[in-house]
Amino acid sequence: MRLELGRINITDIRFGEKTEIQQGVLVINDAELKVLLADDPNLVGVDLDLAKPGEDVRIIPVKDVIEPRCKVEGPGGVFPGFISKVETVGSGRTHVLSGMAVVTTGDIVGFQEGIIDMSGPGADYTPFSKTLNLVVSITPLEGLPQHKHEHAVRMVGLKAAAYLGSAAVDLTPDQVEIFELGNFAENAVQYPTLPKVAYLYMLQTQGLLHDTYVYGVDAKKILPSLISPTEVMDGAIVSGNCVSACDKNTTYHHQNNPVIRELLLQHGKELCFHGVVISNENVTLADKIRSSDYAAKLVKMIGAEGAIVSEEGFGNPDTDLIMNCQKLEEMGIKTVLITDEYAGRDGASQSLADATTLADAVISVGNANEVIELPACKKVIGNLKTAEIIAGGFSGALHADGSIKVEIQAITGSTNELGFSKLRGEGF
Amino acid sequence: MTSNGKLRIVHYLNQFFGQIGGEEMAGTTPRVQPGPVGPGLALQQALGNSAEVVATIICGDNYVADNLEQASREILALISEQNADALVAGPAFNAGRYGVACGIVGQAAARELGMPVITGMYVENPGAELYRKDIYIIATEDSARGMKDAVGVMVKLLMKLIRQEKVGSPEEEGYLPRGIRFNSFAEENGAKRAVNMLLAKLKGEPFTTELPMPDFDRVTPNPPLENLSKAKIALVTSGGIVPKGNPDRIESSSASKYGKYSLEGLSDLTSETHETAHGGYDPVYANQDPDRVLPLDVVRDLVKEGVIGELHPYHYATVGNGTSVANAAKYGAAIAADLKAAGVDAVILTST
Repeated sequence: MRLELGRINITDIRFGEKTEIQQGVLVINDAELKVLLADDPNLVGVDLDLAKPGEDVRIIPVKDVIEPRCKVEGPGGVFPGFISKVETVGSGRTHVLSGMAVVTTGDIVGFQEGIIDMSGPGADYTPFSKTLNLVVSITPLEGLPQHKHEHAVRMVGLKAAAYLGSAAVDLTPDQVEIFELGNFAENAVQYPTLPKVAYLYMLQTQGLLHDTYVYGVDAKKILPSLISPTEVMDGAIVSGNCVSACDKNTTYHHQNNPVIRELLLQHGKELCFHGVVISNENVTLADKIRSSDYAAKLVKMIGAEGAIVSEEGFGNPDTDLIMNCQKLEEMGIKTVLITDEYAGRDGASQSLADATTLADAVISVGNANEVIELPACKKVIGNLKTAEIIAGGFSGALHADGSIKVEIQAITGSTNELGFSKLRGEGF
Repeated sequence: MTSNGKLRIVHYLNQFFGQIGGEEMAGTTPRVQPGPVGPGLALQQALGNSAEVVATIICGDNYVADNLEQASREILALISEQNADALVAGPAFNAGRYGVACGIVGQAAARELGMPVITGMYVENPGAELYRKDIYIIATEDSARGMKDAVGVMVKLLMKLIRQEKVGSPEEEGYLPRGIRFNSFAEENGAKRAVNMLLAKLKGEPFTTELPMPDFDRVTPNPPLENLSKAKIALVTSGGIVPKGNPDRIESSSASKYGKYSLEGLSDLTSETHETAHGGYDPVYANQDPDRVLPLDVVRDLVKEGVIGELHPYHYATVGNGTSVANAAKYGAAIAADLKAAGVDAVILTST
């Protein structure tokens, strides 16, 4: 499959009369967008805000982050199974509003949403302090059940991203990146001497606010499956989760999966990228055994000699990670795992809930229990009080002056296990 | 500080390095000599002009090994008399009893006198495994031929500790990893580091894992109960079932406590009486009927039917989500002690 990503660099965003991109400035018709987004019987309404890098702004509690895109050529459309009809994506051309994001916030669904600070010490820990953000605050009907609430806010984020993305249909991109990957047989013939590498992409599927969708299908109902890297880059995977915010993949992370990107960049040079296997992280032991068996088997069937395995979450999914590692290594497939750590606030505890001596190559993207002081911000979008109840917060986390003290667990994307950021846990 | 403005360093040695004698003098009780002795000369040289070895405390290895607590108390008293700025112990190389002595003396000085401490040992010295979490232990060779190198590295890190400068990684500073995890920002993102590590692993080139796997405790299950109908059973959960309103405000993740709650007068948990504090699983079904996580209704029935002898009148709850293993073990031990005191025979432990 061959996918062209045409990037339109967004240099500023503002509200205005007509939604369009003028010399890199995205103008958003906020009145029109609000009407579109509020068209859901489960919602009272939505508010729109802008949050830009360097501003004294805190967004809390953050549910999802999405990169606006539109399909320009080739089959399918954005977010198949949600916004567009189900049709295979990953080929043709897609335009990307680069440098910006849609961020959803509003009443808390569970305990599980995150924090984005646009400046100050917290900003270093989230990639979304560097994007120009359209923040959508969503007010649900009173008493709306949690599952419906989650669905409603997920759809609002995707709709907003699709609406903004459509402003880029007729534009000429600032850069065009081309990603292409042949089938397994072609790859093997083309690069006979390079090591064949697969990516085992674990998707969080533990239930409410812990779900992930592939072409609209709830991934806890799938058997592990093959997917083209360009399908992932083209929006086939959507996040329905944000718990804990630090290590859950937002939709933006899926759209820009850095493991896929890195493997595609190295394809034909240092390695032969053989494919992506998606797997899930269900809560029962039978599911864990079935999925890890099946995923390892698929990696073996496509002829991979090595695999990168990325976890999503911690604790319970540590078991899935270790099962995947053990089964791959026992088949002779060399693995590297990407995980974060829960080593306690003092860093002195054991970090994972499961372990195997076969896991001899592990990338640590940081200790999520580490505590950080976040000074008060001039402007808060959302509800600051949730700092005391979100994962990573605690009673007394919010101080009278508006500053908060939380574990970095509460910061959106701080220990992202796709390896999106540069944070790392080190032994001392 | 000394009268001429130098830092005051106390040096701990065993009978052999302290030039009292060999194995036959290993029972020697703690004693103080002014100034440096034996390896203390190399230490003084490495310290240069900024610090002075003001005293050397010497003690026999067997005396420490046979009287661990008393010996460390006596040695600590001698150290505190010296009004010292820091303690250097050893290096002990691969001498086991000496390593343990350096470790226990160093640990006591650090904890009770709040003093910067440095020692040195060969990685396989039993003292290294016992005390590496408490004090900085420089990795040395296995014998005294590594003295000069070891002392240089020890002094370098000691000066950082005294000046309260940031201590680098074990590789940078030469100490044995203490098993403490800290965050930093790497040059490259995690995905790039992962691909590079995989390429090295596939080529058979050396690489260093960023997270060595922990050694797991294995808990041997106790023998089964002989007679359930005579047993006192307790309910304990890491699924976060607490009285409605979460009175102890147990955190939704990374719990800093557990709660103990009365079950008196309750035979069924409902959405009116209880809820989950847990942020790591779908709470909807647990909140609808908390018995799904803490099966009080069924246990009450079984008691009524005579299958179970008795139910302990309290349940214990914490949140497993994101809670470090060390904290979880601490809460577990405290709950177990409480249950033991109440004469509980067995526990139904539910997780989520």
